[in-house]
Amino acid sequence: MAINRSDIEKIAKLARLNINEDEITEVTESISNILSLVDKMQSTDTTGIEPMAHPMDAVQRLRPDIVTEKNEREKFQKIAPAAEAGLYLVPKVIE
Amino acid sequence: MHTKSIAELIRGLAKKTFSCKEITEHYLQRVETQDKQYNSFITVTAESALAEAEVADNARAKGANQSPLCGVPIAHKDIFCTEGVLTSCGSKMLANFISPYDATVVAKFKQAGAVMLGKTNMDEFAMGSSNESSYYGPVKNPWDLTRVPGGSSGGSAAAIAAHLVPGTTATDTGGSIRQPAALCGVTGLKPTYGRVSRFGMVAYASSLDQGGPITRTAEDAALMLNVMAGFDPKDSTSIDREVPDYTATLNDNLQGLRIGLPKEYFNASLNSEIAAALQLAIKEFEKLGASVHEVTLPHTDIAIPAYYVIAPAECSANLSRFDGVRYGYRCDNPKNLEDLYTRSRAEGFGAEVKRRILVGTYALSAGFYDAYYSKAQKIRRLIKQDFTDAFNSVDVILGPTTPSPAFVIGAMTKDPVQMYLEDIYTIATNLAGLPGISIPVGFVNNLPIGMQLLGNYFQEGKLLNIAHQFQLATDWHLKIAPTVCD
Repeated sequence: MAINRSDIEKIAKLARLNINEDEITEVTESISNILSLVDKMQSTDTTGIEPMAHPMDAVQRLRPDIVTEKNEREKFQKIAPAAEAGLYLVPKVIE
Repeated sequence: MHTKSIAELIRGLAKKTFSCKEITEHYLQRVETQDKQYNSFITVTAESALAEAEVADNARAKGANQSPLCGVPIAHKDIFCTEGVLTSCGSKMLANFISPYDATVVAKFKQAGAVMLGKTNMDEFAMGSSNESSYYGPVKNPWDLTRVPGGSSGGSAAAIAAHLVPGTTATDTGGSIRQPAALCGVTGLKPTYGRVSRFGMVAYASSLDQGGPITRTAEDAALMLNVMAGFDPKDSTSIDREVPDYTATLNDNLQGLRIGLPKEYFNASLNSEIAAALQLAIKEFEKLGASVHEVTLPHTDIAIPAYYVIAPAECSANLSRFDGVRYGYRCDNPKNLEDLYTRSRAEGFGAEVKRRILVGTYALSAGFYDAYYSKAQKIRRLIKQDFTDAFNSVDVILGPTTPSPAFVIGAMTKDPVQMYLEDIYTIATNLAGLPGISIPVGFVNNLPIGMQLLGNYFQEGKLLNIAHQFQLATDWHLKIAPTVCD
């Protein structure tokens, strides 16, 4: 499937990825090439085939509804780019 | 000492020929002096390694019931979280990430008393077949420093080939254990999906990722897998099934073994020198009592297209967690929250990772799900069915690991799709969730090549048995790369 520059801009926005002006031509071309590779799937007849999510068709395990993890907020926030008073800091969202 | 296998080191430790500390010092010295030419390590943990070696020596002196791997040096691929130690995943995004916890695999090796020498280099977020996408620079192949070691576990394979460590952990999403093992002339095992815990293993494509060992011999891989394998409640796709002792069946004889040769692998497009090496290996197996049968895997050609939907789709979801807020890279002076997200991700991820995130985002975006992800998962079932049918008539499938030996660094970076095609023989195994092993089978232009053996679900013991018997009869795995110093 052919993909153009504005498609790339749209998916880059969805993926929260900044693509610079000087990269966009090359990115568009390589993504188009990958999608042409992927499109080879379309020639295979998959009528009536169930999609496979897990090789052994395992399903999500359930566990008893009890607390298993202890609170390690301090340990985890120590590696945050910016944290204060137990909160992660980001630029102001509400004026 | 560095020419010894893990099994030999264990025997030497038992006989007190040397101590854990002596082995550890020896290998650390090698890493220190030799690794500049390979770049196979991202982090070396010399201080803690020596402390761990001392603990191991004490445990062995007490004669307590210790694991065979007690005091044996290993290194972890930098995708496994190690508490208090940098876990970069080969990315600028995690270049400041000191993990606050251990991956289950790491915890199991600690529990066994193994000594961690450090963390090995890899393609960024395990995305690549050449180790060229690492933020820490490419790894060089010990057989020819101008060539790639393969990827994504390039550091883990090169460190084994260079005799810098006797055992490493690695991960395989589309061939990332087997392909570098083949290109570096070492042994690499990808277990059945769900056999080894993925907890604390940075996720790339969750339905395909699986951890396993890289070693010089199949016997060593069995020793490593004995530690790594097992059910883990912290991994929701871990399989609750008993773990056999993988060393117990290594010496079973191969009388009556049925080997399948897929006609889709042994065709005109297979490199003739690789084909010749495999024919010699097949003769060896026949001498050991095995019989050879043609099998068919009709959907071989569409495995790569299906993989490049499923892997990028899952990668785009998994890597959405890297947002510059809780850990990892954050851009300077973000203007607002949107700018914080988009610029942290644009600056923190490399080109290949971005490509896969974009492909995955596209495949999962509104209106395309059926044409891409759902279609790919249907093909996945067809591929699994191919293998199920083949395993009705044979015990194991034999083929090449890669289409060619190691390529020159930079040769394929311009065309990602060309590099993707390098994984033609390995990718279908991940889609089906089956185990596979690559072992050295000869040389083409003085570069090592690999033979791949694929087994049915949970047949790791059988694969290791077959590989071990082959290694007892041949000496390809004992050849030493020309750059390896004494």
